[in-house]
This record gives sequence, structure tokens and C-alpha cells, in this order.
Amino acid sequence: MKYVIVGNGVASVGAIEGIRRVDPDGEITVISEESSPTYGRPLISYLLAGKIGPERMQLRPVTFYDKFKVKMMLGTKVTGVDAKAKTVATADGHNYPYDKLLIATGGVPFIPPLSGKDGSGVYSFTTLAHAETLIDVAKNCKNVVVIGGGLIGLKAAESLHDRGVKVSIVELAPRVLSAAFDDKAGNLVAKRLDEVGISVHCGTQATEIKRDAGGAVQGVTLKDGTFLPAQAVVIAIGVVPASSLAKDAGITVDRGIIVDDSLASSDPDVYAAGDVAQAKDLILDENRVVPIWPNAFNQGFYAGKNMAGAASPYSGGLAMNAIAFYGLPTVSVGVVNPAPGEQGIEVADNLDEEHGTYRKLVFKDGKLVGYVLLGEIDIAGLYTGFIRFKFPLDAETKEKLVSGRPSILQWPEGFFDEQFNPVGAQEIV
Amino acid sequence: MKKIYPNKEVCIGCHLCEVACVTAHSKTKDHILAHNVEKAQEGLAPRRNVAQEGAVCVALSCRHCQEPMCVAACISGALTKNTETGRCEYNEEQCVGCWSCLMACPFGSIRRHPFKEKIVKCDMCAGRDTPACVEACPNAGLVFEDRGSD
Ligand SMILES: Cc1cc2nc3c(=O)[nH]c(=O)nc-3n(C[C@H](O)[C@H](O)[C@H](O)COP(=O)(O)OP(=O)(O)OC[C@H]3O[C@@H](n4cnc5c(N)ncnc54)[C@H](O)[C@@H]3O)c2cc1C
Ligand code: SF4
Ligand code: SF4
Repeated sequence: MKYVIVGNGVASVGAIEGIRRVDPDGEITVISEESSPTYGRPLISYLLAGKIGPERMQLRPVTFYDKFKVKMMLGTKVTGVDAKAKTVATADGHNYPYDKLLIATGGVPFIPPLSGKDGSGVYSFTTLAHAETLIDVAKNCKNVVVIGGGLIGLKAAESLHDRGVKVSIVELAPRVLSAAFDDKAGNLVAKRLDEVGISVHCGTQATEIKRDAGGAVQGVTLKDGTFLPAQAVVIAIGVVPASSLAKDAGITVDRGIIVDDSLASSDPDVYAAGDVAQAKDLILDENRVVPIWPNAFNQGFYAGKNMAGAASPYSGGLAMNAIAFYGLPTVSVGVVNPAPGEQGIEVADNLDEEHGTYRKLVFKDGKLVGYVLLGEIDIAGLYTGFIRFKFPLDAETKEKLVSGRPSILQWPEGFFDEQFNPVGAQEIV
Repeated sequence: MKKIYPNKEVCIGCHLCEVACVTAHSKTKDHILAHNVEKAQEGLAPRRNVAQEGAVCVALSCRHCQEPMCVAACISGALTKNTETGRCEYNEEQCVGCWSCLMACPFGSIRRHPFKEKIVKCDMCAGRDTPACVEACPNAGLVFEDRGSD
């Protein structure tokens, strides 16, 4: 069996580990444009902040690829997939045959049509190379504007601030982290950013990046008329699935590559996983692109097992983010902003401004479907369990969850033993 | 592979497993120093914790899952599954304290280190024949045996 994996992000690592659980010998080739072995992409903000050195970026030990018998072709771009001939073509003019192909190409930064965006001084923040560039940029800049107040924008802002740069964030939505958080949580985070000296401009939009006669960035003009002086701009609005290889090969693509429960695309020998895939969601009964790390790994892992012949259905991804800002830990999982008026929804929240803690639980049809925690996060995993296992909740248990006291001993009878003390227990005496 | 199985029918909630765990993971390996000094000074904390609801109690910790959610979530490579030993291993050096694993583990088996931007998780007492918590349990509230799980 010949496996080819395009991309060497975390979905690719998951796939290698998944394939090897089932098939110890098949030939695995990874072809990827980036030239370093798989690194922790979210770690680029830790690198930029100076919290870790380059030696800590690798996701797996150097021996990983040898141990798993993987042929790595780094610094090589795939330019086309011929789904009929079952080959992939690379920019250096080679063709590689496959029996099973995994497209794990991730996402590309979205750059809006913004006047002045082309030219020097405007950066993205999604790769190791971007982080390395920004480390240099930070040395020669006093002010940077970050466009985008989502996870990546906030991480870029925090890291640049740690490098001694004065940072302003511009966000179109009325609050930062609008997807993962609600107003109360977003405001607590904004307050924390403000305290450390990062200025946040929400509910407005960058209309132009101003440059001087020589083309050097001077600053950013906002819709509300504000001018933010800056020597560099980071655009971090989000990523769009890098699905063009699939589309050009005639594979069904919506927002991302549509995959079934085995992570196969509309072509049964071509699979997709990670930020490029539009895969099943655990809670919502539909396929969604949820570009987060745990989903990318899991989709890769299940794709790998299925490519290797195991019938191992993917149970679905769960939107989740854990983010810490200057000592304020936050967790957001599942449905946290239910649509107003949605049937069967119940929300319970508890804000303690004095201690800077917040807890919000979202129930649907008597089950926990989402939560947000700020400050006190140690019980997060237990809540995630209630969501993942979809336990129906009686009034007493619900009350305990709402008051911040979830416990495994509240699980339905039988489920505890199934998970923690499966058959065999009864026989020991 | 051998794993630790907690039994809520016979656990009496004595917390001896937590005591043994703290000592086993201390520098001094001395009960008194571990509990009276290292806890306060180094943030030494038990990897196993007794849960109680009404009259029922049970000593919980990492299950060393076959397909661990914490490993899927770990952005730094600090958490990995060793398919040869069955352990879900944690390398503190690599950890950046992002709390992704703590959020992803549906069993609540991961906690924050009291002082450091690091996590605290059971390592099944790497280096010992029988984990300290199992040895300390006066009942069969914790057993260490092979029930065919990877
Ligand atoms: C700064 C930052 C912080 C983040 N923090 C978090 C976080 O805290 N938690 C979280 O859950 N998620 C976080 N994310 C998102 C997370 O990193 C992604 O969801 C994850 O990396 C997706 O993995 P992937 O394997 O699908 O794709 P990627 O990691 O994007 O890898 C795809 C690879 O494919 C290569 N490639 C693309 N096209 C081709 C081609 N044609 N030929 C060859 N190679 C190609 C690319 O070069 C790339 O190396 C963060 C992202 C960023 C940028
Ligand atoms: S920490 Fe949680 S997810 Fe990870 S192996 Fe242990 S029980 Fe499983
Ligand atoms: S807290 Fe540490 S071990 Fe847990 S996911 Fe983050 S880096 Fe990995």
C-alpha cells in the first residue's frame, strides 16, 4: 500500500500515527511546502513572545519519521492531483503515485481587499517563517497594528507586546474573540488587554494602510476616523481552507473539502483532514470547517486508520479553545453563543467581576452543549465529558453543573464502570 | 497492558492513594517532607484525586486512554501515547501551559500545576513495578492489572 500525505501539519502527524496503528509496513510519503519537520503551529506565538526557543518547536522527536518509516519530502509544493491516474505532481516536475491520498494542506491566511495592503510592512502570522520575520520586525518598530481580534490576532498582539512593541488591535465585531466568547467573557479579556497596555478598537474597521512616498507603512486609518500610527501591520483575520488541489481534481468542495465519517472525500481514495476539511461536528448535525488543533489531529488520526483499512468512524469534532492572556486562563467549548430564540436552549451564567472569573453553561434539550470558563478552569475537562458523552441531565445534576461542581460520579449508572473499571473487575477477589 | 482500575464499590475515601502519590512524586521521597515542605514550596500535588458524591467515592486519575484526547490537543508535543507501554506520557520540559489538554480530556484527569505554567498528570509511576497509589490502597479500590487494553 502506498500512502501519500500532502502537508505536514498536525493532521499529517495524526494520520501517520493512525496508519501505523493499523498498517506497520505500508509506504508513507509526506510532501510539504514548508521546509521544517512538523512543529507546533500555535507555538509560533510563544516563539515570537520569546517564551520558548526554536529548539522547542518540534511536535515529535527527531526520530519520529524514521521510527514510523515515513519518507519526508520537505520544501516541495504539490501543484496538482490526478485522481484518475492516482498521482500527485510537484512543482519540481515529479509525479508520485498513491493508493490512498490524504490532503492535509491546512488553511491560508485571509487578506481582505484593503487599500495599501500590498508592499512591505504588512505581515501574516500563521507560520514559523512569519514568526521569525516578526521577531526581526519587532526590533525596529515602535508601533504595530494588528487587524483581527480573534485567537490568532490576539496571540500576535500579546507576543509583539512582550517584545516591547506598542500594539493596537482592530476588530470589526463589537468585541474580541467574538466566535469563541460572548460579551461578558470578551469584555473581561479586553479589560485584561487594556490593563497590560494593548489598545483594543472594536466595532470598527481598517479602511486604509497609509504609506509614505517611499512606500513605508505610516499607520492605519479606521472607519471611525481614528488614525493609528504604526511601522508595521499584521493581518490576522482568519484562515480559509487550502482546498484548491481538491477542487481542481474534481473533488467536492464547499467551504472546505467535504468528507464522510471515514474522512474520505467524494473520491473514495482521496481523504482530507484538518483545517482544509469540512467534517462532521459532534453537536451540530452537519459538516463544518472548525480550524482548530485537536480536530486536525483527530481527523488525521481517523483518516489514517481508515486509509489503512480499519473501519473506524470519526465521531465528530468539537469546537474548543483554551487561551491564556497574561495570566487569565480561558476555555470555550461547543455551542457558546446559541442563536437567539433557538428552541430548547437554556443558558446559565455566573460572573464574578471582583475575582475576574466567569462561568457560562449552555444546555440544549436537557444536555450540556457548550461552556465558557474564565479564571477558574480546572474543572473544564469534566464539562467537556458531559458534552462529549451527551448525557441527559436530571435537575439535580444540572444544578451541580451550573454551580461549578461537575463530577464523574454524576455520570449515568454503568458508564463509569464501562470507562474506568470495565469487565474483569467482578472476577478479581 | 497493565493499567490502574478504580472500583467505586469498595473505595472508602481514605485518601491514602493521594498521600502515596505525593510522596512517590516528591524529590525527598519522605512522607513528612513531601507533604509539609514540598507541597508548600514546590507546589507538589497528587496526580490521583478522590471524588465523592454522597456516600460514594472513588479515586480518579488518568486512564492512559487507547486514543487519548489530551494527546490530540497538545500543541507542544509534551503529551504522547507510547504504544509499546500503553502509557500516555508527559514531558514537562516541552509543556507551555496552554491548558488545551486540560480542556480536552473528558475525564478531567489533568490539572494545572499550582505555581508553574505546567500541568500535573499521572505517569503510572514510571520506574516502579506497581504504582504507589495501588500499593497504598488498603482495599481493592485500586488494582493494577492487564485487562487487554492498549
Ligand atoms: C498563531 C496561531 C495560534 C493558534 N493557536 C491555536 C490554539 O491555541 N488552539 C487550537 O486549537 N488551534 C490553534 N491554531 C490553529 C491550529 O494551528 C490549526 O488548526 C492546525 O495547525 C491545523 O493543522 P493542519 O494539519 O490542518 O494544517 P496546517 O498546520 O496548516 O499544515 C498544512 C501544511 O500543508 C502545507 N501545504 C499547503 N498546501 C500545500 C501544497 N500544495 N503542497 C505541499 N504542501 C502544502 C503547508 O505549508 C503546511 O505546512 C492556531 C493557529 C495559529 C496560526
Ligand atoms: S489525560 Fe485524559 S485523555 Fe489523556 S490519557 Fe489520561 S484520561 Fe485519557
Ligand atoms: S498544557 Fe502542556 S501538556 Fe497540556 S496541551 Fe498545553 S503544552 Fe501540551
